Amino acid sequence: MANDHIVRSYDEELNRLTGLLARMGGLVEAELAGAIQAVAARDAELATRTVRADIRVDELEREIGEQVVRVMALRQPVAMDLRLVLGSLRIAGDLERSADYAKNVAKRAVALAQLPILRPVHAIPRMGTVVREMLKDVLDAFAARDVAKAVAVWNRDEELDEMHGSLFRELVTYMMEDPRNITGSTHLLFVAKNIERIGDHATNIAETIHYIVKGTPLSGERPKGDGTSFSTVGAGG
Amino acid sequence: MDAKQMDAIKPAQFPASADASPAKMAVKVACRDVNVHYGTKHALKGVGIDIRERQVTAFIGPSGCGKSTFLRCLNRMNDTVASARVTGSILLGGQDIYDPKIDVVQLRARVGMVFQKPNPFPKSIYENIVYGPRIHGLASTKAEFDEIVERSLRGAALWDEVKDRLNEPGTGLSGGQQQRLCIARAIAVSPEVILMDEPCSALDPIATAHVETLIDELRENFTIVIVTHNMQQAARVSQRTAFFHLGTLVEEDDTAAIFTNPRDERTQGYITGRYG
Repeated sequence: MANDHIVRSYDEELNRLTGLLARMGGLVEAELAGAIQAVAARDAELATRTVRADIRVDELEREIGEQVVRVMALRQPVAMDLRLVLGSLRIAGDLERSADYAKNVAKRAVALAQLPILRPVHAIPRMGTVVREMLKDVLDAFAARDVAKAVAVWNRDEELDEMHGSLFRELVTYMMEDPRNITGSTHLLFVAKNIERIGDHATNIAETIHYIVKGTPLSGERPKGDGTSFSTVGAGG
Repeated sequence: MDAKQMDAIKPAQFPASADASPAKMAVKVACRDVNVHYGTKHALKGVGIDIRERQVTAFIGPSGCGKSTFLRCLNRMNDTVASARVTGSILLGGQDIYDPKIDVVQLRARVGMVFQKPNPFPKSIYENIVYGPRIHGLASTKAEFDEIVERSLRGAALWDEVKDRLNEPGTGLSGGQQQRLCIARAIAVSPEVILMDEPCSALDPIATAHVETLIDELRENFTIVIVTHNMQQAARVSQRTAFFHLGTLVEEDDTAAIFTNPRDERTQGYITGRYG
């Protein structure tokens, strides 16, 4: 519905809400990029800066929560407006969780920088690229209310899950080969898991966008390419 | 994304609620292709709707959309407008209310009406209630009339407030009480359907809340159709909502569906406060 509300201040309040979300999304994208870069470049200083930036994301989530309460109280939104306001609250929650995962990746980057380089670390920037694209696309999809783009992100989660699964198996093999790899490999396992979780939140956001625009939930089996919960790597023995 | 992937993703229906859908109730008033002309003006265009028994159906829409015109078709109030011409069919419990053999006075006992401004007769509270039952011969003894008065006033949630002053003029009550008196007067003749034309627009929020509570209680025994400009009120009191625009019925659905996910862009535009 491209038409504006008769009461212009109502539009201003909704625009403020989506504006806050856009800013929050931008910050989370930057935090994620910093965290991945810190792992890849073994840059502890960048990692520390990235961890500190997370505070601003939390503040924005609170501001969005307050704005949602305000619009609900003053405007009693219905139909698409109601779905937008409630959806914004959900998206803010998903972004906040994503930022937390990015922060955790950055923290582990500090530890990883002090350990010897492990070959599987090269998979992290590749996973990072996929999840950053997912996050960027889903935020663009929200800004443009583009359901097809959101659904494309939703489908892409499978690719990320597969990358995570394959890295998982590789790291377990590394650990079995040489116990000195265990510390670094464990950190990398968590880094990979955190990135994979951010993909899940991007997928949640895609579902929320579908609901905001269409009014119906995006249903069907979630794309799942990750079997690590059931994975074992045989000792060959 | 290719077509196959799109195909794999189908929008789900909302989970079935524990309550049966309001759409499942029996049809009380079946309207088909109802048209109203006022002189040369085509005020209502081909309206078809099933009004469900013991449900509150709200008619919403901008001024001049035809919702009040349609409401007034349901008890032939438009007969009183010389230039009005009504075509189409309206069946009340299967009976055509525009059948020439129908007694309009009887019809209006079966289909009662409550108006925008409370309009009690300039008589006592008691006389306001017994007027209808008396002309319809529903009671003969004082005890029978007393019983109707108490039952109607209780039904309209007014008894406790007025039981000690039944002989005082109805016009001496507060606005909200007067409106509940008019509702008591409407239910005194045991109608099947009650039409309400903006029944709360002259009331303050507290009196409105009382009347809305009452409407919800009346649903136990009556079929109610309410015209309202207050969309929150339609959302609060009705189970079904019909949106009218420029003389046509645009969309009719469960109220929860209309206010969360209307199908028509015009409905969306109206209820969200945009230019439709």
